[in-house]
Amino acid sequence: MAEVEETLKRIQSQKGVQGIIIVNSEGIPIKTTLDNSSTVQYAGLIHQLVMKARSTVRDIDPQNDLTFLRVRSKKNEIMIAPDKDYFLIVIQNPSD
Amino acid sequence: VLALVSARSCPKPIKGEKKKRWPVPLLGELCDSSGVWISTVGRMEIVHVYTKLRSEFGRQCLLSDRPAELLVDVPPDPSLALQFIQKTPRDQALQACRDMSEHQVNTERFESDSCGINHVEGGWPKDVNPQEVEQTIRFRKKVEKDESYINSILQLGSVMEHCIRQNNAVDIYQVYFEEEEEVEEAPDAPSAKTINVFRDPNEVKRTVTGLSWHPDGGRKLAAAYSCLEFQKTSKDMSLDSYIWDIENPNRPEMTLKPASSLICLDYNPKDPHTLVGGCYNGQIAYWDTRRGSQPVEVSSVEQSHRDPVYKIIWLQSKTGTDTFSASTDGQVLWWDVRRLSEPTERLVLDLSREGNLDRALGAISLEFESTMPTKFMVGTEQGVVVSCNRKAKTPAEKIVCTYDSHHGPVYALQRNPFFPKNFLTVGDWTARIWSEDIKESSIMWTRYQMSYLTDACWSPVRPSVFFTVKMDGVLDVWDILFKQNEPTLSLKVCDEALYSLRVQDNGRLVACGSQQGGATLLEISSGLSTLQKNEKSLLAAMFERETKREKILEARQRELRLKERSRSEQSREEDVGREDGEDSPDQLISRAQKDFYSVVETELRRRRDREDQENRVRTH
Repeated sequence: MAEVEETLKRIQSQKGVQGIIIVNSEGIPIKTTLDNSSTVQYAGLIHQLVMKARSTVRDIDPQNDLTFLRVRSKKNEIMIAPDKDYFLIVIQNPSD
Repeated sequence: VLALVSARSCPKPIKGEKKKRWPVPLLGELCDSSGVWISTVGRMEIVHVYTKLRSEFGRQCLLSDRPAELLVDVPPDPSLALQFIQKTPRDQALQACRDMSEHQVNTERFESDSCGINHVEGGWPKDVNPQEVEQTIRFRKKVEKDESYINSILQLGSVMEHCIRQNNAVDIYQVYFEEEEEVEEAPDAPSAKTINVFRDPNEVKRTVTGLSWHPDGGRKLAAAYSCLEFQKTSKDMSLDSYIWDIENPNRPEMTLKPASSLICLDYNPKDPHTLVGGCYNGQIAYWDTRRGSQPVEVSSVEQSHRDPVYKIIWLQSKTGTDTFSASTDGQVLWWDVRRLSEPTERLVLDLSREGNLDRALGAISLEFESTMPTKFMVGTEQGVVVSCNRKAKTPAEKIVCTYDSHHGPVYALQRNPFFPKNFLTVGDWTARIWSEDIKESSIMWTRYQMSYLTDACWSPVRPSVFFTVKMDGVLDVWDILFKQNEPTLSLKVCDEALYSLRVQDNGRLVACGSQQGGATLLEISSGLSTLQKNEKSLLAAMFERETKREKILEARQRELRLKERSRSEQSREEDVGREDGEDSPDQLISRAQKDFYSVVETELRRRRDREDQENRVRTH
């Protein structure tokens, strides 16, 4: 429990990190550092994206699996680390 | 024995007949002693009882033997064998494989609609109410205590940190050489690509005869559909015309429902909600798109044109409600859309200036330039372009001059938006550019094309570029500063004939309408839609040069004619040249006869001489 907190604090303290969200496999945000409406929006949209990306990778090669997903946009970068039951979403603005 | 009985009543035993009683259900089925069921449907009150012996229901087939009979006997005829050639061995190909057939399938057009999905917080287990803050907090706390949660987050955390640090270490999108100027790109080759095709949604396809762009930014395109072929209109042909949103080719944005199909329509440049259209039966109709599909007002049949209205254009006026229309009945009518019951002014295109409708030329195109509001031009079916002045005092003076332009109807007529003194006409197989001052001939013209030209227009951004469409479905883009003898770009838009063409005000989008009701939207490459350096001055110089050339030719023609006239007045003898236009047909015939006989005689004489020579040689 404490290690989780420590990990998240460490990530939050990195340069440019704007927010962290932990979402479970059903799309429910478990822990977040952003406000509720953004969290809900990110959780819902990114959950669908990760599902799609994962199924794409597995369709191409069933032995393969998605390990990381990075979405780079003009303003920031959304990084998603998927796991069996949860995913960790971090929004970073690298040029800050 | 069979009996049909009413459904309600119970079957009463009929005297003298012994038959088994079967239970009668509601539907009135009955079975007789030999087991044949008859059923009746419905409840009948009326009863009619038939009785007939079963054995009398048609005779059974009685078959009998009979001896074999010879019907046809064809004996072999050995003489026929002589007509055949014995051929051994003979090659016969055989393939032992499964029979396969090829079949093509094309799915129906799939209509897709874009819409957003509202993500509502979901995925919560049944016992947790997402609205209740306490319940959600409790759920979250429970998850956080989970063993697998801790493990996975720790693992994901380390992966994530690696990537974050990676991002912070190197910015992969860093721009190098920011201060360097952009290299001048080489002008790309002229090209055009089709963006969308708007098809007529009706079963019976009609020709797109008129197009008009929305004046405000050109996001909408109004298309008029009608069938101009004589007597080809069928009863179930729809009369509607459509307004399309260029982003959505699946469905027209709005339908216009006139009383008779529209041949042409025009958006009001001052008020983008109003349109005016000319119908096949000669009426003019006025729409306001805010008020629905039915026309707000329609002109009265008695006062309108007697032939289909081929062109209608909005005029420049203080009230912004004036328009004028032209039709092949020889009239040009001016209307005020607030009162379409009768035209405000009428002009009969009678070149003898008598206002005689019988001798009037049928108008098929109209031209109006807002920078020259008093003048306008009419293109006629007879191939003559008539230039008129609206502000003339008497109707006779309205017609200022005529230009004898084409061998066939002048289908398109437009002034160059940058050089209003020059105008483009299209008809028969050529496109011609004219200068107002030269009435004898056009100053520039294209070669005779392979198929009929149906419409043309200048590009609103480049003064030297114009577009034409042809009956073989080809769109030509002409850049007269670049190439004059052939189009700069020639595109086959579709297999059927193209009938109408309109360029949007930004010069990049071109819409052309085809015979099968398909309006194609094309985007022209930037090279053809951006003003080049010195283009205006170069084009002005070109027009001047051509105009001067024509003027010189015209002056020379006039000189020759004067000389000819003076010469024929002096002498009565006709010249041996080909300049006589005053000979009567008889004199021409007699001269031709004389020439013919003299030629024949000289030839015969020559042949005789040659023969004599040969004979002399042989006898030697």
